[in-house]
Parts: sequence; structure tokens; C-alpha cells
Amino acid sequence: MAYEPQNSDTPPKKSPEIIPHANVARAKVEAVNKAENRALYAAQKKIHPKRAKGTFRTIKWWVMVVTLGIYYFSPWIRWDRGPGIPDQAILMDITNSRFYFFFIEIWPQEVYYITGLMVLSGIALFLVTSTAGRIWCGYTCPQTVWVDLFLVVERFFEGDRNARLKLDKAKWTADKFAKRTAKHISWLIISVLTGGAWVFYFNDAPLLVHQLIAFDAPLTTYFWIMILTSTTYLLGGFSREQVCTYMCPWPRIQGVMMDEDTLSVMYRHDRGEPRAPHKKGETWDGRGDCIQCRQCVVVCPVGIDIRDGMQLECIQCSLCIDACDSVMEQIGRPKGLIAYDSLANFDRRAKGEPEKIQIVRPRTLLYTIFMIVVTGSIIWGLTHRANLEVNVLRDRNPLFVELSSGDIRNGYTVKILNKTHDIRKFSLAVSGLDGYDIRVEGVLDRTPEGLPVIEVNRDRVRSVKVYLSVPRAQLSADSKAISITARDLDGSSISNNATTFRGPK
Amino acid sequence: MSSEPEYDEVTKTYTTGHEWDGIKELNTPLPRWWLWIIYASIIWSIGYWILMPAWPLVNGHTKGMLGYSQRDTVNAELQAAKDSRKVFSEKLLDADLATIKNTPDLMEFAMAGGKAAFGDNCSGCHGSGASGSKGYPNLNDDDWLWGGTLNEIHETISVGIRGVHEDTRISDMPAFLNDEILNKGQIKDMAAYVVSLSDTTIAPPAGTHEMFQENCAICHGENAKGNKEFGAPNLTDGISLYGADQETLRATISFSRKGVMPTWSGRLDPATIKSLAVYIHSLGGGV
Repeated sequence: MAYEPQNSDTPPKKSPEIIPHANVARAKVEAVNKAENRALYAAQKKIHPKRAKGTFRTIKWWVMVVTLGIYYFSPWIRWDRGPGIPDQAILMDITNSRFYFFFIEIWPQEVYYITGLMVLSGIALFLVTSTAGRIWCGYTCPQTVWVDLFLVVERFFEGDRNARLKLDKAKWTADKFAKRTAKHISWLIISVLTGGAWVFYFNDAPLLVHQLIAFDAPLTTYFWIMILTSTTYLLGGFSREQVCTYMCPWPRIQGVMMDEDTLSVMYRHDRGEPRAPHKKGETWDGRGDCIQCRQCVVVCPVGIDIRDGMQLECIQCSLCIDACDSVMEQIGRPKGLIAYDSLANFDRRAKGEPEKIQIVRPRTLLYTIFMIVVTGSIIWGLTHRANLEVNVLRDRNPLFVELSSGDIRNGYTVKILNKTHDIRKFSLAVSGLDGYDIRVEGVLDRTPEGLPVIEVNRDRVRSVKVYLSVPRAQLSADSKAISITARDLDGSSISNNATTFRGPK
Repeated sequence: MSSEPEYDEVTKTYTTGHEWDGIKELNTPLPRWWLWIIYASIIWSIGYWILMPAWPLVNGHTKGMLGYSQRDTVNAELQAAKDSRKVFSEKLLDADLATIKNTPDLMEFAMAGGKAAFGDNCSGCHGSGASGSKGYPNLNDDDWLWGGTLNEIHETISVGIRGVHEDTRISDMPAFLNDEILNKGQIKDMAAYVVSLSDTTIAPPAGTHEMFQENCAICHGENAKGNKEFGAPNLTDGISLYGADQETLRATISFSRKGVMPTWSGRLDPATIKSLAVYIHSLGGGV
């Protein structure tokens, strides 16, 4: 792709000969973040994107509603799990170290499910990016969504682009002060709600609301609300596109997922050039479709000119597509001068071949296979998960104890995890050791066969001290491999755990 | 030397106007956000000097208007920790030892406290695993000099052995050689006799049984099983505080042993001593 952006795109001189299409909005602007004007040590230039209208803007409104809805409201979904267990559908219970997600409950030692979920999200991001570019950045990234929301507020109080530009330059009057104050207060309210929603994922939401209002909530929740309020306010209200350009690593990484068949938002320069202002009724022969109205520039939230080609700053929000399409409609040219297109299609058009959208490629296939494998592993893991887990830790200090009867005793710490939501009873037995005596500290309950019975509360771990002793004559060596078996009294599950029994040499 | 900034054609940047030995510096200031952070930090630090302890003086330091002190904070936190434990430690004080053992949440609290107190106060002699060493008994086994029930353990910890408490536990085995009760030859025979009590491969020398009954049985019992009233050890089980070989036994019989354990009542609070008793009892040897 050898495309050199044209640098001749200076605002047109006012000349009486050129009467542009009366109904087409025109702007005399240059992109704020134009590459050749970008200085490393420059202050941020405020970008005032104009409101776009069209298909993609509509899609983005819906994505905004859905994503914000998920964020603000999902902690309020209830999910009954039985007595004594939180009924919040999505809950990261730090104090009790549990993660609840609808029917799934994850213990800390099973954090690999969350790792799997993150790996899955990562690969999904790769797949989407290699298929259709920065879909994540343009539509669903929290930074994009909240900046969009903040822009809605800004527009509501200060008006659209031109009004805001004027307000920026205007002297401080009561009116300007009122507009600015209203905007910032609204932003802060949104920020507090955003920070506030975050803490609900870590606490019982209805209870926490009462605590928060009564100033009775844990200090950490206020701390997190404060942190996230300030990040939302600063990143959404002020930093905006700077976050994407300078702070976020993703734009720098994602280039490796894209190839010539990846769809991205592109200006079709082969159709648009040479660009020039156009008068109604003039011929379209010998010129491109771009009429230099710069509507793509004024709607851009990151302040670039899409006609300069692919740029790091472009989050591919597609708003320039909407802006350009509506202009094309007004001047009676086909839509899609700016559109989702691939570099390969530029080449195909140049060679006179038909355009093609090539989604199935080795890269996308590979990502899909990875996703299937990871998803399969997670599902397999979740469905084959044991609801009983037993860990046996042998005492090492002392290794063994000689009793006055001459018997040798070993101590073990046995941890029994009951992952079900019922109280369960387990018997403990030992294999590999003859004539042993088993005693569990603080447990007197025994089965008819004389095995100790340990009751474990619902959704809990119980740690018990187990003492095994055998007559010295039973020990043929100073170390003997044995296994401790925990068996659910109703026979539903069983867990074997290898350990050793030590004695004197 | 400072002069007027010059424009540099190559980098399209002005110089700072400084020149050192012909070297000029381009004016590339720090990014704005960085500058704002350092300005904010400077303002913050001024506020900090005024409000918080900051400057060292010849004697002490500036106190700051807020009166903050890390020592006070630590003390407050320690007090808060104590207060939060108060509910349980008061229950521990009221409950008798058997009740503690049978109440799961009290037991859990006592075990945690007992383990910590053991590490701080007892492990120096008895070892971190309570397995003891020569002269310091193993607390894991079921061989107790002064008794292994909850109450007996509690009493031993409270009053100590040859400690300062008026009811402290004292066992007073005679030094049979020093006190001229037995001669060296008799002591050698007695040592062999004691070994024979737990090791059937060794035959007791002639006349030692009678000698034992005459000199030792009053405390160790006719069957040599010991007596917890006097802290007299069981001599038949092969477990020995100072060593069960004949040479060590000769020394023990000749010169006696006077091990000491401190009196812990007065040093530790009653709740901690209760926790320790429960903890030690649960190590496996408790009866």
C-alpha cells in the first residue's frame, strides 16, 4: 500500500466562483492531531467533536446503553444459593475469599478459571481485531463509552461543536460560569455513580447502599469510590483521547493482529482523490468524490483527519463514516467514501478485481481454534469439578512421637473442603498401615466401624488435627507410604490422599 | 553564560540560551502533565510540613498541627486489637478448661492464642514443635511428669517448676552419691537396673530390685511407673528427660537433676495461660 497523504489540504480560500452545495455543512478546520503538527512537548489541544448522525452512531448509542447498563445494574441481580450464602449473582467476596458468578462459585485455589476467562477475553479481542480492527476501542472500551457519555452531558449544557468553540473563547460571564458549573457537577455525579457501582461488585449491594448513606460502610469502599470517581472524572472529562494515544498499550500492540484483509475504518482515497470543493451541477468527471467539507474531521473524537490514512490515534469509532455518508447522500454520490474496508481491497480495485471481504484466514481460524480449546477446557473443568477436596499436611516438627506404650505416633493436619451448599459428614480411614489407631482432636463422633466422623459446614473448609499411632512392631521401615481417605457418609464422594508415616530408624 | 535563545533549524526548536564551552541546549521542556504533578507535589509538601511531623530539630522534631504520631497509631491499633479480642478473652476467663475444649469458637480462639504465646514464651526451651530436648520435656508425647490433664497442665504452667510461686512444683530427688546414700558401685548397678526396666535384653544385676524398693520406690513407685504427685518419672517406658543410657543415668542418680520452669502466673495473663494449657493439651499427648 503506497499511499502518501496529500498535504495540500489547507482550508479553501474564499473565492466567489465556488459556491458549495448549500445544504452541506462545511468546516474550515485542520485536524487537531495532524501528524506533522504533532509536537512531543505540546499541551493537549481541546477537541470538540461535532455530533454525528447515522447507522454507526445509532449502534454506538445502543452499545453505550447496554454496556453501561451491565456495569451499573449487574450487581443488583439476585441469585438464590441457599441459607448463609450471598444471594448476589455477581460478587467478588474478598473477606470470605469466594467469587460468585450466577451458578458458578469459585474458591481462591481455583483462580485458574478466572485466568482462563481472561485468556479467553484476550483471544476474543485478538479475533475481533484481526477481523474488523479496533472494534473494542471504537465501541466497547470503557474509556470510549464514558467519554461518549461525558460528551452527551457537555453537548446538553454547552451545545454542539461550534457553540462549544465559541464558549471556550468567550469571556467569563455568568452564563458561561453557569454552563461550566452544571457540566462539571453532572460529570462528577456520573463519576461518583461509576465509582459507587464498582464497590457493589465486592459487597452485598443493597446492604452497602444503606451503609454508604449512613456513613457506616468500610473505609476501603469510600477509598475506592474516591479513586474511581477521580479517574472517571479526569479520564472521561479531561484526558479523553490522550488516554488512548499515550496511556493505553493496546493501540501499540494490536498492529500485529492486523493484516491486509483486516477491515478497518478507511478513507477510500482511490475514489476520493483528487479532492476539491464542488459546486452543485458541476461535473464529477476527472475529480474525486471528496468535496473538502471536512465533516469527517469535525466529528472525530481523537482529532485526526481520516484522509491522512491509518493513524495510531484512530480508535475506529466509525463516526466519520456517518458524517461522510450523510454528505454523500446530500450531494447525490454513493455512500461509503469512508467505510470499513481492507488494504487488500485497495489493491484489488487498483487491479480491477472485484472487492472481497476475507474473514476466514489462517489467523482468524487459529484464534477461533484457541477460543474453542480454552472455552472447552473451562467448561470441562467446571463440569468435572470435585465438590470435595482434601489436603493432608504431615507434621514435620516433630516428625514422629514415641509414646510411653512404645507406640509411634504421627500427626497430620487434614483440611476438608466442602464446596457444596449442604452440611456434610465425612469419615476418615487410613490404608497402608495395619493396626493403627486414629484420633481426631476435638472429634468424638464415630461410625459403627469406629472411624472418626468429621462434620464440615456448607461452603467451608474444616481443618482438623489427626493423630495416627501404631505399635512399633508394625513399622518395618522408618518411612511408610500410606493414604488417608475421606469418604462422604452418604457415599457420594471420596478423596484419597497420599502421605507417609514416619518412625525411628 | 546566558544569552538570547536561538532558533535551531534542524530540530525546529529554540535553545535555552545557555552555553557551556560552545555547547548549547535545546529547550525541550518536560511534558505538561509531568510539570503539573511536580507543582502539585510541591504544594502538597508545604501543607504536609505544616500539618504533619516533618522537620528534625536538635531535640526531637516539628510536631505538625494535626498532632499525628505513628507511635500513637500503633498503640491505638494494638488497643483496638485487644478490644476486638476482649469478647473472647473474657469468655475464656469465665469458662473452665473442659468447656473451652468443647466450644468450637472458644477452642479456635484459644488455639490461635495458645500457639502464638507458645512461640513467644515456651519454644525457647521446649522447641517450636514442642518436642523438647535434653532436660526440656517433649510435650507431644503422653509421658507427663506432673500430669497431662487440662487442669494439671494449667497448674504446671501457672506455678512453674522450682519457680517463685509459693505452690510451685518441686521434686526433690536425692543426690545419691553426694548425699552418701549409695556408693559408686551401687549407683552403677542401679543405672543398669533402670535400663533393664524398659530394655528386656539387659538383665538387672543381683540385689538391685531390693535396692530400688528401699531407695526409689517411695517416689517412683514399687513398679517404677512413677508418681505424678511428686513429679517422679515413669522409669519403664524408655522415655527419659535427660537420657536413658547407663552413663547419663549414673550422673542423674549421683547428683540428682533440678530442672526449672518459670512461674508463668503474673508474667502472662490468666486468659493466655488457659489458651496455652488448651494448646499444649491438644498437641497429642493430653489425657
